[in-house]
Amino acid sequence: MGFLREAGDYVSLMIETFKRPDKGRVFRRQLIIDFHALGVDSIGIVVFISLFTGGIIAMQMAYNIDNPLVPLYLVGYTTKQMMILEISPTIMSLILAGKVGSSIASEIGTMRVTEQIDALKVMGINPANYLILPKITAAMLFFPVLVVFSISVGLAGGLLAVIITGSVTPTDFIDGLRAWWQPFDIFYALIKTVVFAFIIASVSGYKGYTVQGGSVEVGRASTKAVVASSILIIIFDLILTQMLLT
Amino acid sequence: MIEVKDISKSFGEQKVLKNISTKFEKGKTNLIIGQSGSGKTVLMKCCIGLFDVDEGEINFDTRCFSGLKEKDKKETRKEMGVLFQGGALFDSFTVEENIMFPLNMFTKQTFEEKLNRVNDVLSHVNLVNANSKFPAELSGGMIKRVAIARAIAMNPMYLFCDEPNSGLDPKTAEVIDELISELTHKFDMTTVINTHDMNSVLQIGQKIAFINKGELWWEGDNKDILKTDNKELNEFVFATELTRRIKR
Repeated sequence: MGFLREAGDYVSLMIETFKRPDKGRVFRRQLIIDFHALGVDSIGIVVFISLFTGGIIAMQMAYNIDNPLVPLYLVGYTTKQMMILEISPTIMSLILAGKVGSSIASEIGTMRVTEQIDALKVMGINPANYLILPKITAAMLFFPVLVVFSISVGLAGGLLAVIITGSVTPTDFIDGLRAWWQPFDIFYALIKTVVFAFIIASVSGYKGYTVQGGSVEVGRASTKAVVASSILIIIFDLILTQMLLT
Repeated sequence: MIEVKDISKSFGEQKVLKNISTKFEKGKTNLIIGQSGSGKTVLMKCCIGLFDVDEGEINFDTRCFSGLKEKDKKETRKEMGVLFQGGALFDSFTVEENIMFPLNMFTKQTFEEKLNRVNDVLSHVNLVNANSKFPAELSGGMIKRVAIARAIAMNPMYLFCDEPNSGLDPKTAEVIDELISELTHKFDMTTVINTHDMNSVLQIGQKIAFINKGELWWEGDNKDILKTDNKELNEFVFATELTRRIKR
């Protein structure tokens, strides 16, 4: 029953959130702030993790493909496929759920417990629309950019790793990157990312918006936002994979 | 004028407000007083529409506010200014941006016009050269002043103040009281103040409603309150040695 009530509250909040903004200019200003806070500020961590992940995958593939009958360009191919299909969209989204999700929940939660949301409401402003909609929009527009960035950096990391370790020649690795190229794979990764971005921003916004109490509850809401977003990302990963790849 | 008519409000099994009726008069500082947990904050939150009443109605002049749907409350809300207990200033905005916020949302004024209005209301609350400061850089008294400035930026007809003196030293509390009283008379607003500060009651209580156990127990002004023989009110108002001396 608790889950159903919470699901109902979440849907109600989303209905409030997806109303027309009170003032377009104010919404656009807030959107730019959120682009920066949720997207641009995440570039560093995305680059760092993607670079190392790409390198590690390439090294592990080279280690596993230790058979003269298996062509070495498969190292590049499998690194590419793993980065595009799973690592960049899903693992990066899980990392962003931790970084961005907790930030959204704690920001909105603090506004709730310090009556800033009440202040918005008594001014005649729709607080859910003003606070959550720009964050959802920013996440859904910018996370795909981050994921494309992550794929590129991850593949560069793989190339760098094979050059440094000498396990595969750069030519073989690049041949693998070019092999069996399917544009739909990128489309699949971007679709997943947009869905995950919505989950992260909306679930975290909901957790922050519905905080009751003080600073301890804000911390709890932040943790719950990350846990709930991560679980939903994994569930929707399975659903979307079934829908799009089979 | 704000008229509260037979309102009741419950949270689950607990009945917090029981058939309360009163009037908050225009151009006066109307005080709601009562012990912690008596229901005065709930009464104020019902008045500003943060809680829906279970029974009864709240009328802003001729308009029944409590009966309106959320989207229809918007117009009346534009005529309200609310000073929250902690100020409720937006942390990420400067003082200027905080005060300009309702003007950005609801007016088509140019930036210069809005800036003039910001400086005008800041001068009303005796706060100058604070435009670029963030709330974290302000003292408790300054936060209240900025919050008052934001509350009056849209020229409200109704001003609500929730515990305006909480967390302030006696001198600053007195200044805030005087400021609210002065603004009320200057702009002829209907001001409703939620407080349990006895200095405020005696200084600016032009109309006082005493709430006890969710019921309206007594009404009067700051002169009547010294003469009343209402037992519960006397126990509340003259709970300290200082107030007992004032009465004597």
